[in-house]
Amino acid sequence: MAHAVSRTANAHGGHGAGHGGGHHDEHHDQESLKTFGFWLFLITDVILFGTLFATYVVLRFSTDGGPTGAELIEINGIIVSTFILLTSSFTSGIAVLEMNKGNKRGLIGWLAITALLGASFVFLEVNEFMHLVHEGATIGTSAYWSAFFTLVGIHGLHVSLGLVWMISIMLQLGRRGITPVTKRKVSIISLYWHFLDVVWIFVFTIVYLMGVM
Amino acid sequence: MENHNTHAQDAHGSHGGSMKSYVIGFLFSIILTIIPLVVVLNDMLSKKATTVLILVMAILQFAVQLLFFMHIRDEEKPRFNLMALIFGLVILLTIVAGSIWIMTYNTVG
Repeated sequence: MAHAVSRTANAHGGHGAGHGGGHHDEHHDQESLKTFGFWLFLITDVILFGTLFATYVVLRFSTDGGPTGAELIEINGIIVSTFILLTSSFTSGIAVLEMNKGNKRGLIGWLAITALLGASFVFLEVNEFMHLVHEGATIGTSAYWSAFFTLVGIHGLHVSLGLVWMISIMLQLGRRGITPVTKRKVSIISLYWHFLDVVWIFVFTIVYLMGVM
Repeated sequence: MENHNTHAQDAHGSHGGSMKSYVIGFLFSIILTIIPLVVVLNDMLSKKATTVLILVMAILQFAVQLLFFMHIRDEEKPRFNLMALIFGLVILLTIVAGSIWIMTYNTVG
């Protein structure tokens, strides 16, 4: 950031001929500052998920005589959704590569594939929740299921919001093309998508794998 | 001078990583997901060993995403992104380990 500040200061100094370029740099610094701001948001999200994981781990045996996770979780569906999300993290990276090449059509195409994979993940999760509720495990059944639905559900909510956001960026790309502003937006959503994949890896490990162990 | 450097970097696309690094990262993440799955579903190890193994695999998977997909290595100095991340992880570990510690001893009393 010290870089950014000194560069902005230079631009303000306005060494005669460099005025036009100075404006451009200022713009560039604004965008990198916004990316850093988004990174800070991700860190606060890490802490949010940290509290939810702590709650889940503490309450993992508190089933109040009701159904346990091991009894109701169907691991096959979870394995499928894990690989879907892993693949979507990869395809969102490919979208950024296409963007760096300046290929607008490729960028929108790979974002669309990412969004489709994300939508199938959400679809599978909603199905899983309906199955659990049908089997008699609702958010009010026991402390275990409250912690379970809150943790897994908030991750699913993040993915759903990410989908809405990704679609609106795709629409904006279609209208404005690849500009410094849309470029920053694409790298931010791809950062967010990788982050959601990381969170899911821990949900998969701690909730599902350890749940059926 | 600095401006020219960063622009040249952007133009070469080195900032966003390469296809090779994405493919390697993707392969790693697939392998790191399959290993714990095979071990857990076939009951290959004791409960304690399995727990340690799958947690290590998850942490490695986190490292893979961070290095190959989120390009934490490409950040210019001063590394504020990395510092913020370390700060976040310290809080995370404090909350998770602290909660487990307190609640474990709570059930004894």
